[in-house]
Amino acid sequence: MHYISDLFIKNGFVVALLATGVLMYISYWLSDKLTNKKIPGSAIAIFAGLVLAYIGGSATGGKNGIADINVLSGFFILGGSMFRDFAIVSTAFGANFHEIKKAGVAGIISLLLGIVVSFAAGAVIALAMGYADARSITTIGAGACTFIVGPITGGAIGASSEVITISIATGVIKSILVTIGTPFIAKMIGLNNPQTAMVYGGMMGTTSGVAAGLAATDPKLVPYGAITATFYTGLGCLLCPSVLYLIVKLFFK
Amino acid sequence: MLVYGVAVLAGCFIAGQMIGEVLGRLLHIDANVGGVGFAMLLLILVNQWMHKRKLFTADMDKGVLFWSNMYIPVIVAMSAIQNVKAAVSSGMIAILAGIIPAVICFMLIPVIARMSKHNDVIPKSVNE
Repeated sequence: MHYISDLFIKNGFVVALLATGVLMYISYWLSDKLTNKKIPGSAIAIFAGLVLAYIGGSATGGKNGIADINVLSGFFILGGSMFRDFAIVSTAFGANFHEIKKAGVAGIISLLLGIVVSFAAGAVIALAMGYADARSITTIGAGACTFIVGPITGGAIGASSEVITISIATGVIKSILVTIGTPFIAKMIGLNNPQTAMVYGGMMGTTSGVAAGLAATDPKLVPYGAITATFYTGLGCLLCPSVLYLIVKLFFK
Repeated sequence: MLVYGVAVLAGCFIAGQMIGEVLGRLLHIDANVGGVGFAMLLLILVNQWMHKRKLFTADMDKGVLFWSNMYIPVIVAMSAIQNVKAAVSSGMIAILAGIIPAVICFMLIPVIARMSKHNDVIPKSVNE
């Protein structure tokens, strides 16, 4: 049996393509038969992916979800940031530049507001949960932006590794919530046009969450949400350890 | 040839990422600032420019469209490699700080989107 699993590992990327294809086929079938297409197949597939990630993490104790299971390690390539970003960029091919320009100002406002609101709310929660030093409050607030902004901010201002771990977990929870929640609240927040999608991308910011949330809601909106969301993490890494940290430091030691 | 289209996409991707890296360096932060966003803008502009001059053939379109069709499978694979186990078992503070700020932001989306539509009603006064 050893040589079979070796074959899977050696051809990991191809195995991941096959496994993803099968997973999606089952998800779209379930969407059709069980929910009469009320819940989109893509949403079911993405949720199934998260469940697999949980199973992988529980079985191996690793941090790369299903990719920590040897024979499925190819998922790390297919689902890694290179292919994710490449696929996101390719969606811009169908995007309308005019629409992007039209929502440009709202997009920038939503980026700034999205970072400040997430940071502030995260900081207040850190405070309420008993953290009283500026470094920890700032790092957890940054984690409420994205799971990349959190550890980068924590590293830059010298937060403890325990707090940095919390900030990563905070960001991952946000990303999962945005992924699962978006299709359900899309109607409520009027997420059915390019402009709102750009504001949504700027407010939520988490690239993986926004990318997956829009894929599950309406793939046509992906490029608009992604174009603002991809500026969020960089901007967050700029603002959190500098301006926002200094503001927190005015009130706490 | 199909691969020419993929190459244009790849070129925009690399160029955009480079802009993002350089911008990060200039701002003295250890992160790529909007590399993907710049790449998307480049692709849109290059695509328009080349289509106008008939340099972008239908064959090349297929190369780019293949990748945008691979978008959802890639995102499904991406969700399968998230550290869901750690996130779910990370304790109250991460759960609260992950959910509450996101919910507040969700609720603010229609408010800001409405603002942008107001700009539409007053034609050309703000933007030009």
